[in-house]
Amino acid sequence: MSNPLLSVSGLGISTVQDPRTLVNSVTFEIMPGEAVGVVGESGSGKTLTALSILGLLPRGVAIAGGSIIFNGTDLTKADPETMRNLRGSDISMVYQDPMTALNPVMKLGRQLLEVIESHEKLDDGSVARVEAVLREVGIPQVERAMESYPHEFSGGMRQRVMIAMALLLTPKLLIADEPTTALDVTIQQQILALVSEQRRKREMSMLWITHDLGVVANLVDRLIVMYAGNIVESGTVEEIFTNPQHPYTHGLLSSLPSRTDKSRKRLTSIPGVPQKPWLVGNTCAFAPRCFKATSECTASAPKLVGTLEKSVACFHPMGDK
Amino acid sequence: MKRDPLKPKGGFYYYMQSTSGVVGAILLLFMVIVSICAVFGWLPHDPLEQNVEFAMKGPSSNFWFGTDEFGRDIFSRSLDGMRRSLTVSVSAVSIAATIGVTLGILSGYLGRWFDQLIVRLSDVIFAFPAILLALAIVSTLGNSWYQTALAIAVVYTPIFIRVARGPVLTVKEMDYVKVTRILGFSSLRILRKHILPNVTAPIVVQVALSLSWAILTESGLSFLGLGTQPPNASLGLMVSEAQPIAAFAWWALFFPSAFITIVVVGLNLVGDGLRDALDPARRSS
Repeated sequence: MSNPLLSVSGLGISTVQDPRTLVNSVTFEIMPGEAVGVVGESGSGKTLTALSILGLLPRGVAIAGGSIIFNGTDLTKADPETMRNLRGSDISMVYQDPMTALNPVMKLGRQLLEVIESHEKLDDGSVARVEAVLREVGIPQVERAMESYPHEFSGGMRQRVMIAMALLLTPKLLIADEPTTALDVTIQQQILALVSEQRRKREMSMLWITHDLGVVANLVDRLIVMYAGNIVESGTVEEIFTNPQHPYTHGLLSSLPSRTDKSRKRLTSIPGVPQKPWLVGNTCAFAPRCFKATSECTASAPKLVGTLEKSVACFHPMGDK
Repeated sequence: MKRDPLKPKGGFYYYMQSTSGVVGAILLLFMVIVSICAVFGWLPHDPLEQNVEFAMKGPSSNFWFGTDEFGRDIFSRSLDGMRRSLTVSVSAVSIAATIGVTLGILSGYLGRWFDQLIVRLSDVIFAFPAILLALAIVSTLGNSWYQTALAIAVVYTPIFIRVARGPVLTVKEMDYVKVTRILGFSSLRILRKHILPNVTAPIVVQVALSLSWAILTESGLSFLGLGTQPPNASLGLMVSEAQPIAAFAWWALFFPSAFITIVVVGLNLVGDGLRDALDPARRSS
C-alpha cells in the first residue's frame, strides 16, 4: 500500500489563553486520490481540523499537540511562508458560502489570475489556463464570464467559480467545508456531481466536511464521524451506513428520514445536547446521551481502535448485525 | 454605442444624478480653470504691480474687481491667491491621504500593538484643535508654501487614518478576504488588491471634504500672518489686508471672501455628490 498523502496524528487544538480543548487527539489518514468525509454537529471540531491543515486557525486558537504530515512535511512545524506557498497550490479549499466569498469589485477573470500570480509568474498561457478551468467547471460563455463581476452571477455559478479557483493550480488535496449548504437542493446535486467528476479526473484527494450524511454518501470513500472534538468512528461509507458501531453514529443514521420506510413512525432523535469539548475530560464524550453507557464509559476515555476500513472509539459498540 | 441593459451603471452615472454633486463640480471646475490661468500668467495685470494712481478704485472695465490701497488689481490677485490656496491644500491633502490611508489600512489589518500605537498617536494629534496645531507647526517650520502644506498635512493625517482603518476592520473579516488567505495570497497582495479597493468610497469622500477644510486652514493661517507672506497674494491674506479699508473699499474684502466661499462650498457639494454616488444605500433609483 502506498504512503498516505495526509496523515494527521494525535492532533489537539485548544484556545491559547485559559486553555480549553476544542479538538482532542484526532488521528486519520488520507491516501492519494482518496475522498474522506468528516461529519459532525456544529462545534464538533471538524472545521477547526480543516483550518489547522491549512495553518489558518483563528486568532487565539492554536495546535496543542500532534502532527500533520502532508506529503512528507510536518505542517505543524512549517514556517508561514512555506504554508502560504502550499495553500492554494498543493492544498486548496472550497469555501462554504459562495455569495460572499468573491471580491465584489474585481472581475472574475482577474480574481482567478490572482491565484496563479500568487504562486507562479503570469505568462501568455495564463488566461487560456483560467478559461480552460472555467469551462471544465461548467461556466457558459467563458469569455464574457471573465469580464463579469461576481454580482452578475447566481449562487450556483459563483460556487462553480470558487471550485475553479480551488482547482486552478491542480492541488493534491482539496478541502471542502460544506460547500453546498448555501445552495438549493437541485444546484447542490450539480455541484456534488461536478466535484466528484473533477476529483476522479485529477486523481485528487479530498476532505469533505459536512453535517449532512445524505450529501457525502455517494461522494466519499471513507467517513470520519466526530463528536465533541473527538473522532468516535471511522470507516468506509458502506460499513458506516450499513453497520454503524458507535451508538452516536447509529443514532445519527436512525434519525435520517428514509424514502423506502412507509411506516409513518416518528424519526428517532438523540436525547440531550452535545457536550462542550473542554468539559469532556477523561470520559467518553457521548456517555451522558448514550443509551448503552455504563460506569466504564465515565471512568476513562475509549480509544479509537480498528483498521482503516473500520474503527470505533467505544466500550460497548453496537456489534454486527 | 447602445448600452447593455444588464451591465451595471457606473459611478459617473450615479454622480450625475446628484444635483449637489453637479453644482459643486461646476463651481469647482470654474475655480480650477481660474487657477490654471494664474499658473500660466494669463492675468489682466501683474498681481504684484503697484500703481498708486489707481489705488482703491472700485470695479471697472480695467480693474474688474477694483484695486487695493497700493493700486494692485484685485481680480489678478484673487486668481493668483486661488492658485496658491489650491496648491497648498492639494499638496497637503495628497500627503495626508497617502500617509494616513497607508497607516490606517496597515493598522486595521495588522491589529495588535501596531494598531494600538497608530491609534494612540493619532489621538494625540486629534487632541489639539486643527488650526492651533497647524499654527504651532508653521511657526516652527517656517512659512513657505510647502512648509504650510506640510503643517496642514500633519493635522489632517489622523483623519485619514481613522477613515481608512474603520472599514478595513469590517472588510478584513469578509469571506472574500478569508478566501484569499486560504488560496495563499501574500499579505501585500491582499491589502493592495482586495482590501484597498473595497474601502475607497469613504476615503474619496474624505479627500473632497478635507480639501475644503485645508483651504480654510490655509486661509486662516495666512489671515493670521503665518501662511503666505506679503507682497504675494493669498485669499486669506487678502481678506486680512482688506480689513482696515473695508469700510470704503468693500470690493477688497468681498471678492477674495467670495472666492473662498465658492471653492469651499463647491468642494463640500462635490463631497456630498461623491457620497451619494458611492454609497449604494443612498442611491435613489
